[in-house]
Amino acid sequence: MSEQQVDTGRRRFLTVATSAVGGVAVAGVATPFLMSFFPSERAKAAGAPVEVDISKLEPGQKINVEWRGKPVWLLSRTKQQIADLPKNDPKLADPKSEVEQQPKYCQNEGRSIKPELLVAVGICTHLGCSPTFRPDLAPADLGPEWLGGFYCPCHGSKFDLAARVFKGVPAPKNLEIPPHKYLSDTRLLIGDDK
Amino acid sequence: MSKGQKLLNWIDDRFPLSSMLKEHVTEYYAPKNFNFWYFFGSLAMLVLVIQIVTGIFLTMNYKPDGTLNGAGIPVAFASVEYIMRDVAGGWIIRYMHSTGASMFFVVVYLHMFRGLIYGSYKQPRELVWVFGCLIFLCLMAEAFMGYLLPWGQMSFWGAQVIVNLFGSIPVIGPDLSVWIRGDFVVSDATLNRFFALHVIAVPLVLLALVVAHLIALHEVGSNNPDGVEIKKLKDEKGIPLDGIPFHPYYTVKDIFGVAVFLIVFSAIVFFLPEMGGYFLEHPNFDQADPLKTPPHIAPVWYFTPFYAILRAIPSFLGTQVWGVIGMGAAVVVIAFLPWLDRSPIKSIRYRGPKFKFMLVLFIIAFIGLGMLGAMPPTAGRTLISQILSFVYFAFFLGMPFYTKNDVGSVPVPTRVTETNGKRQLQFLVLVAVTIIAAYLFGTNV
Repeated sequence: MSEQQVDTGRRRFLTVATSAVGGVAVAGVATPFLMSFFPSERAKAAGAPVEVDISKLEPGQKINVEWRGKPVWLLSRTKQQIADLPKNDPKLADPKSEVEQQPKYCQNEGRSIKPELLVAVGICTHLGCSPTFRPDLAPADLGPEWLGGFYCPCHGSKFDLAARVFKGVPAPKNLEIPPHKYLSDTRLLIGDDK
Repeated sequence: MSKGQKLLNWIDDRFPLSSMLKEHVTEYYAPKNFNFWYFFGSLAMLVLVIQIVTGIFLTMNYKPDGTLNGAGIPVAFASVEYIMRDVAGGWIIRYMHSTGASMFFVVVYLHMFRGLIYGSYKQPRELVWVFGCLIFLCLMAEAFMGYLLPWGQMSFWGAQVIVNLFGSIPVIGPDLSVWIRGDFVVSDATLNRFFALHVIAVPLVLLALVVAHLIALHEVGSNNPDGVEIKKLKDEKGIPLDGIPFHPYYTVKDIFGVAVFLIVFSAIVFFLPEMGGYFLEHPNFDQADPLKTPPHIAPVWYFTPFYAILRAIPSFLGTQVWGVIGMGAAVVVIAFLPWLDRSPIKSIRYRGPKFKFMLVLFIIAFIGLGMLGAMPPTAGRTLISQILSFVYFAFFLGMPFYTKNDVGSVPVPTRVTETNGKRQLQFLVLVAVTIIAAYLFGTNV
């Protein structure tokens, strides 16, 4: 064996450099695997707008439409229900809809284009359950001051008939209003407003 | 030399078979005073084997496909029905797998409780405990992802709720939940990846962790109901005075435990596979419907204590991330037990009154939260959940204070003692009374 000195500085440099370059390679190789977890092009393309015929929707009636795999509610509010909306304001977390959960044209008391028709994504802003439609006045389980609204069975969040969230419930925000527009008086397009 | 011995020598020259057997089985010295609580480690291994074997056979007929078939039924849901009705022996394999999932948590919770009462997490067994906690975490992930596969209503909405937990993390949350789902809602993409993770990725990690758990255990040696280190006193051959070889003593004892366990297991598989909606929830017999949430969503029983903590914490400052943090912390805090407990005494037998008092409160809190998490929320239940969540965390976070200077009336012995049947009975009665009390309390609010 020769008595050659080991150049520890050089050895350390090579170790660190090799590890660093190897680390970059690992990160590079990991990228396609991590990216593959994002929605595919097909999944992204599936979010096409949906056209709905609303001519048969009676006042007080609610229908569900599927858009991007989510339930979208179309609720035709009665005159009384529209008149009752402001009464909930003091009990709501965001009565003026200041949090961006709706397109600009729906930032109003009814959170809608026309006061009588509410269009909302029926997915609770807490953990994504679909709240139940509870139009009944003052039911036993929801209290005497209930003026109709939506109740989430999973964690007890409450929303009024403009899909605005009440204070003191798990859900932090009002329900989302999707972009939508009227193609005519009886035809509605959900998912696109341009 | 016999032919068998020759073959063994041939192998030993190439692979350390005999020395491994000696080190881990025939000459692994375990304390001689193991009691009832020491069955659950080996039973957990048994259930792991049951899950792997039944799981392999289920994948042969299961189809991870969320699209609708010609009859309008999701393919995945239909394939589970097919296994149950048309595959010979399919129903028993599936019920073994579904019962195995719940029994896994039964034995693991009892195994963890054993560690808690006898201080098995304390120095020098901290890493045994930490590996165990990681196994518990893997098990939760495994159970959660497996529950999506039948593609029933609970599968779908349970996954929807849990994935959305990640969505509440500030800034990255919404993108993170899309990344986990692979779509904007729980869909076929989610089902496929959960299947891959459930059958390959997580089991591999789980097996590696089990090996690490055992290697760490065999390095430091097993604890025992007296919390006495048997390695401190050895005979002239270096064998612990209070130790007996794992084989044949504990292999025989464990076989007895396995026999009793399998009687219970078979009884459930044959007579109570749904366990009244606790092992297999009733809404999961309906196919997944993305437009309709079942009227009451509850996770499977083994997640309910943590779920109750999640629900107990309200959203404030415009975000619900606090509940998620609380639930995560409830799981993670268990791993920190070795460093939270300041008492030099390991076993509950020699601990002082403060620890015993807190332990009883903890048992009430854990069982109470478990029952509340399975019930629909009301204002009263939410309040009780909040109190019990506080107790749950107080047990862990208060530990550095109440375990200091908390000494029992009997000093820790130098040698292990004989198991006192009367004391064990007293203890089991205490646990039973606590469970019944918590149950009565939980159902009356």
